[in-house]
Amino acid sequence: MNEASEARPLLEVRGLAKSFAALRALDRVDFTLRPGEIHALLGENGAGKSTLIKVITGVLARDAGVIRLEGREVAPRTTKEALAAGIATVYQEVNLLPNLSVAQNLYLGRQPTWCGIVREGEMKRRAAALLEGYGLHIDVSAPLGSYSVAIQHVCAIARAVDLSARVLILDEPTASLDRHEVEMLFKTMRALAARGIGIIFVTHFLDQVYQISDRITVLRNGKLIGERATASLPRIDLIHMMLGRELSETTSERAAHDRAAGKPCATFKDYGKAGYLAPFDLELRHGEVVGLAGLLGSGRTETARLVFGAERADSGTASVEDEAIRLHSPRDAVRLGFGYCPEERKSDGIIADLTVRENIVLALQAKLGIARPLSRREQDAIAERFIKLLDIRPPDPERPIGLLSGGNQQKVLLARWLAIEPRLLVLDEPTRGIDVGAHAEIIRLVRELCDRGLALLVISSELDEIVAYSDRVVVLRDRAHVGTLQDAAISVLSIVSAIAADHVAAEEGA
Amino acid sequence: MPFRLPRRGLAQIAALIVILLIDRMVSPQFFDLRLQDGRLFGSLVDVFNRGAPVALLSLGMVLVIATGGIDLSVGAVMAISGAIAASLADSHAWPVAVGAALGAGVICGAWNGFLVAVLRMQPIVATLILMVAGRGVAQLITEGRIVTFSSPDLAWFGTGSVLGIPTPIVLVALMLLVTGLVVRGSALGLLIEAAGGNARASELSGVGIRPLIVAVYMWCGLCAALAGIVAASDIMGADANNAGLWLELDAILAVVIGGTSLFGGRFSLILAVCGALIIQAMNTGILLSGYPPEFNLVVKAAVVMVVLLLQSPKLSELAAGLGRRRA
Repeated sequence: MNEASEARPLLEVRGLAKSFAALRALDRVDFTLRPGEIHALLGENGAGKSTLIKVITGVLARDAGVIRLEGREVAPRTTKEALAAGIATVYQEVNLLPNLSVAQNLYLGRQPTWCGIVREGEMKRRAAALLEGYGLHIDVSAPLGSYSVAIQHVCAIARAVDLSARVLILDEPTASLDRHEVEMLFKTMRALAARGIGIIFVTHFLDQVYQISDRITVLRNGKLIGERATASLPRIDLIHMMLGRELSETTSERAAHDRAAGKPCATFKDYGKAGYLAPFDLELRHGEVVGLAGLLGSGRTETARLVFGAERADSGTASVEDEAIRLHSPRDAVRLGFGYCPEERKSDGIIADLTVRENIVLALQAKLGIARPLSRREQDAIAERFIKLLDIRPPDPERPIGLLSGGNQQKVLLARWLAIEPRLLVLDEPTRGIDVGAHAEIIRLVRELCDRGLALLVISSELDEIVAYSDRVVVLRDRAHVGTLQDAAISVLSIVSAIAADHVAAEEGA
Repeated sequence: MPFRLPRRGLAQIAALIVILLIDRMVSPQFFDLRLQDGRLFGSLVDVFNRGAPVALLSLGMVLVIATGGIDLSVGAVMAISGAIAASLADSHAWPVAVGAALGAGVICGAWNGFLVAVLRMQPIVATLILMVAGRGVAQLITEGRIVTFSSPDLAWFGTGSVLGIPTPIVLVALMLLVTGLVVRGSALGLLIEAAGGNARASELSGVGIRPLIVAVYMWCGLCAALAGIVAASDIMGADANNAGLWLELDAILAVVIGGTSLFGGRFSLILAVCGALIIQAMNTGILLSGYPPEFNLVVKAAVVMVVLLLQSPKLSELAAGLGRRRA
């Protein structure tokens, strides 16, 4: 694409900011979409992609910044207003009605009528003609749900574009499509771009980004990292933009830890589950932090869930302190002294209605069993100890945990596991969605725990973090463990190279 | 820690008192008590006595609802247990009849628990099965007739008294005490509230949810069976068609009035019983007032509406907002 002859931008976002309580979800983000451009919006979970899209489409109100559509300032307050302005979104889960016919879906709320009666025949004719334009020759009177997800996507796109959309946002449209269906969707996208429609493409499949996009914008931690033309951005640099800081900043990040490698705590051999995660070998030692690094969907969380028994392995063996163990459920894991702070704090971690005290003692109580209840006095003592130790605020054990900030909720979850005096703790994105102050504290805690002989397995999208506290880093790609980096070999650059390895090889081979 | 007024429960207790006072206005002798043949009589005693079956049901139902479930079969279980108890009452000693009836209730509960926890059916559908089938089972037991009995031992459960207090009231108090001790004396209460509040998170914290849910449905079956025995003893017979009919809805209502959310989570045993008493106090009041009983349902709905409005978080938000604006 020729930069100089660029047309007037279709969509301009300038200085957009959005905070949730203390958390900055978007920090003065700029974004530019030109007509006829397919623009990939990339970033890990929590980078701010969905917040940006929600603000542009009027789902969320912004705190500051302007949005201009063809030079005119717009301020949509609802998706309906955004749609009227010409901004349409198609989500991964198609928001149409599978029980209605294709034609009804395309013309829902704007059916051609005669004296108030829907003209079915006319509607079907128009629907068929509309879909022909997308190369789809299907029976439009059949229920939408009877077609494949790809066709449903095209229908959703057709409806959106027909509603005079000039900006089309596709949020993870390819996540549930097979290769052939992706091709079909891409053909549709190219045809629309040729008509001058600007397309924002959100995905975590880098191959597809290189296959179809003209430009790439990367967000990280709510900040704009950069906008590049796809053709001039090597894959390794892209991964670096997504996961690490600029190269120059990372050299001295790694703290010196000279811990003597402890005894093995938990060992997994050939451990895996078909269709979930390829079998892996993993040894976790006392007093050692093992970091799991990889892109979104590479198998990091899958590893954590297998190690914790939340997912049942169908191959391999596990042992603790050299004794074979049964690991069929989280209950088994808790009895063995494993703890797991999941990535999705709200849905998998906290019990919002219960108090901080009850949330803290839950795992310990589950481990002790129903017949050995902790007395109220013991519960109060445990809660008080950890509120003080982890500096949980406000320091009120009787406050429902749902009312605490994200960082404090995370500390309560840590307290829940520390209370069982675990031998192994798995932390999945422990600093996700947490403000800067609490962020540093949690990293400090991870180090302290490790010094006390705990074995730690930590997942993070922040490579700097991984580099800062890991003694060993396991690199994952495409749902398999593909490499291990030890002590001095650990750096942001070495991790990025390991993640990008096969892609680089593929590019060289091509 | 500073003393804080318990916000939870004030609305329910206030509602019960208001309704009892209205009953007093309708019928001036409402609070009169008299002792006759060593047993207390009076309208107030009636409220407690008549409310006993629903109160017993609500003690099981509140636990089921706290786990995020629901049990529609309790009315049918009442019919089954009543039928068993009545059929065995004259041919066997009373402990056999009562034991068999209670055992049947526990088995019914285990079946519900199995469907919900192991087969992962939606509770409303899973318990609907027994709600429909249970009444059929009860009819098979009674062979389609109304089975009457004359055993004074079994009749004692409905019409007897302990130290002047009618047996059903004593049973409710006893079951409230036992349930409270079991649930709050062990870790069961916390684990039920955790499982109902967020099942995924509880499971990932090592809580064994399946046995918990089965246990809770079994307890609910036991409570329903006891309610069935009380109901059968009261009329000295078992009517498979009508025993406990629609009482599952009253029990659910009692639990909801008692402040337990149908989504699960926090629960209160005492307030659930309080909810059952509110329902009965209304029923009795309308009967005493001389209005046709048809009014009963409409008034009941209106009162439920008021209690739920008092609990509505949205409404208290609005009220707080109004108060702030005025200040």
